[in-house]
Amino acid sequence: MFDFGDKLQILADAAKYDVSCSSSGGKRKNIGGIGDSSSSGICHTYTEDGRCVSLLKILMTNYCIFDCAFCVSRKSNDIQRAAFSVKEVVELTMNFYRRNYIEGLFLSSGIFKSADYTMERLMLVVKKLRTEEKFHGYIHLKAIPGASEALLKEAGLYVDRMSVNLEIPTEEGLKLVAPEKDHQSVREPLQTIKTEIIALKEEKKTMKKVPLFVPAGQSTQMVIGATGESDLDIMGTANEFYKSYNLKRVYYSGYIPINPKDSLLPQVGTAPPLQRENRLYQTDWLLRFYGFSLNEILNTQHENLELDMDPKLAWAIRNPQFFPIDINTASYQWIIRIPGVGRQSANKIVQARKFGKLREDQVKKMGIAFNRAKYFMSCADSVFGLGFQYPEQVRKALVKQPLIGEASDSSRLISEVDSYQLTLF
Amino acid sequence: MYYIFDGTYAGYICCVFEAFSRKEIDSRPTRLDLIQTTLFFESRPIETHPERFQRVVQAMEKKIGHAGMKLFYQNFLADEEKAWLNGFQLLIKLFQTETLDLKNYGDPQILQFHQTIKKVNRERHRMKAFVRFMKDSNELYTAIIEPDFNVLPLIIDFFRNRYADQQWLIYDIRRQYGYHYNLKEVQEVFSTAEMLTDESQSLQVSLDLKEEEYQILWKKYFKSTNIEQRKNLKLHIRHVPQRYWKYLTEKS
Repeated sequence: MFDFGDKLQILADAAKYDVSCSSSGGKRKNIGGIGDSSSSGICHTYTEDGRCVSLLKILMTNYCIFDCAFCVSRKSNDIQRAAFSVKEVVELTMNFYRRNYIEGLFLSSGIFKSADYTMERLMLVVKKLRTEEKFHGYIHLKAIPGASEALLKEAGLYVDRMSVNLEIPTEEGLKLVAPEKDHQSVREPLQTIKTEIIALKEEKKTMKKVPLFVPAGQSTQMVIGATGESDLDIMGTANEFYKSYNLKRVYYSGYIPINPKDSLLPQVGTAPPLQRENRLYQTDWLLRFYGFSLNEILNTQHENLELDMDPKLAWAIRNPQFFPIDINTASYQWIIRIPGVGRQSANKIVQARKFGKLREDQVKKMGIAFNRAKYFMSCADSVFGLGFQYPEQVRKALVKQPLIGEASDSSRLISEVDSYQLTLF
Repeated sequence: MYYIFDGTYAGYICCVFEAFSRKEIDSRPTRLDLIQTTLFFESRPIETHPERFQRVVQAMEKKIGHAGMKLFYQNFLADEEKAWLNGFQLLIKLFQTETLDLKNYGDPQILQFHQTIKKVNRERHRMKAFVRFMKDSNELYTAIIEPDFNVLPLIIDFFRNRYADQQWLIYDIRRQYGYHYNLKEVQEVFSTAEMLTDESQSLQVSLDLKEEEYQILWKKYFKSTNIEQRKNLKLHIRHVPQRYWKYLTEKS
């Protein structure tokens, strides 16, 4: 028998591989109770691995009837099992919240007895938080695959985000490590919630009072590097799911090997593919915010992302015909395609150039990565476009050999050393 | 010429009024405790007159609107002489040249203005995240912070809206003042000798019976949710700089 502290350790440890950490997108205001949603989310602290902690992320229980090889809570794994009562979860959430430790709750669970039984328990927690505690903070709830539509729809009335994880990016891969699971059982709850969100939005056009239903939308997660998919496979699946289910986010989680018995999965002790995960997130951003289409970044001739440079730079080097881009005349959509230039800096450039043509020294101060961008853009006082005619020299100038096991931090993996310039000319 | 004002925003704006009425637009606003020496520069104390403050503020609103005024206030809260001087000079420009487009990022003063505001807002966001309440035996939730900039005025609305059903007190230990919410309204409070001891984290409060238990649970949670195989202390410290650790339950 363990005490409450031990239970918390077990059930928090088991929940941490579900990496979604967002507390943004909620619209809840405090009405007669406690708590509200911050529209951009708040990271209350960060773990020693650098990830944000904004929610109390726990499993209701880590007992599970399934045996998925990549999961730490799989049936055949010899670990301590525990379970929270509804009251315990509610009390813990409220006490952490009142001390401003968290933005809210992230509740998941192993499947105990059946999908419906598990989903019903989760529902009792969120219902009690909203109706009895008058809690208006953020709640992220897992949708259990196989749970009935009625249960899913009722849960949606109480929570801000719902998610269900694909885990393995392809059906074939999934069958190798979790033969009891399939992608269809993930698609069904995503479809149910999506349909209900759309239906309620329609109702809002004619009725004034429509209940809040999953205001922060849905998300999913894919594990990277457990089974041998290419980056094209992964982003292809992500792209399709974004379109089909109006997802707010797809998360890419580098696989942490924890199963010493399965020979198909990477060995315990193998480092998780953090750099690859970082490049996938950058690609995800390019598709959603920078106007790129998937086949510009990944296609059958180019199935995997470079690890040693960010995907926008890699695209620019493959497409020298578009450069240099004149920042004083080009559209915003083209300025954000310059390597080293983000949306905020692009916006500053577009606003500032109304007052006069911008020179290099002005643009340098606007927050761009100038040593990278200089090869691809021209300002009012640029002498001539440097290097765009020589993609290979530019690549050599900007890429340094990655150190093995170096933790990912994309903006510093590109060499910004000026001395390389001498070898260009 | 140093203009010595009382440290409040109204006082700061009165410096602008004074500069125009005396034609001393090259002045530098500062606070008495910040001034190194008056040996090489003359100084003039500036009194805070509410009517003068109102006049300047109304004129500001006509030219740059409510949004622009918020920006000048946030720039002021940076609590640094060079930010004050930059804002002061921009306000002089505003009234001298009749227009001042705050979107002209090419101008170095405007760029510095926006960069300062960005720093202040980052600290504001951090404080929303890093405030850690302790519950005492009177059901009051107390927190101590030591922010780089004077962001306390910017976060009280947030805490009042969120924690509407509990009494709370947030105290800025560097600037020696705080705000207290008593379930109806928020009031400014200043330290009294009985309230504080010399050590930074010991307010004389008797804690709620379960307070220590929840602090331990939070520390346990913080440790359990960490993934050892992804350890990256550099990234961790970048997000949670060490100067905040002493007020964070999980790091202390």
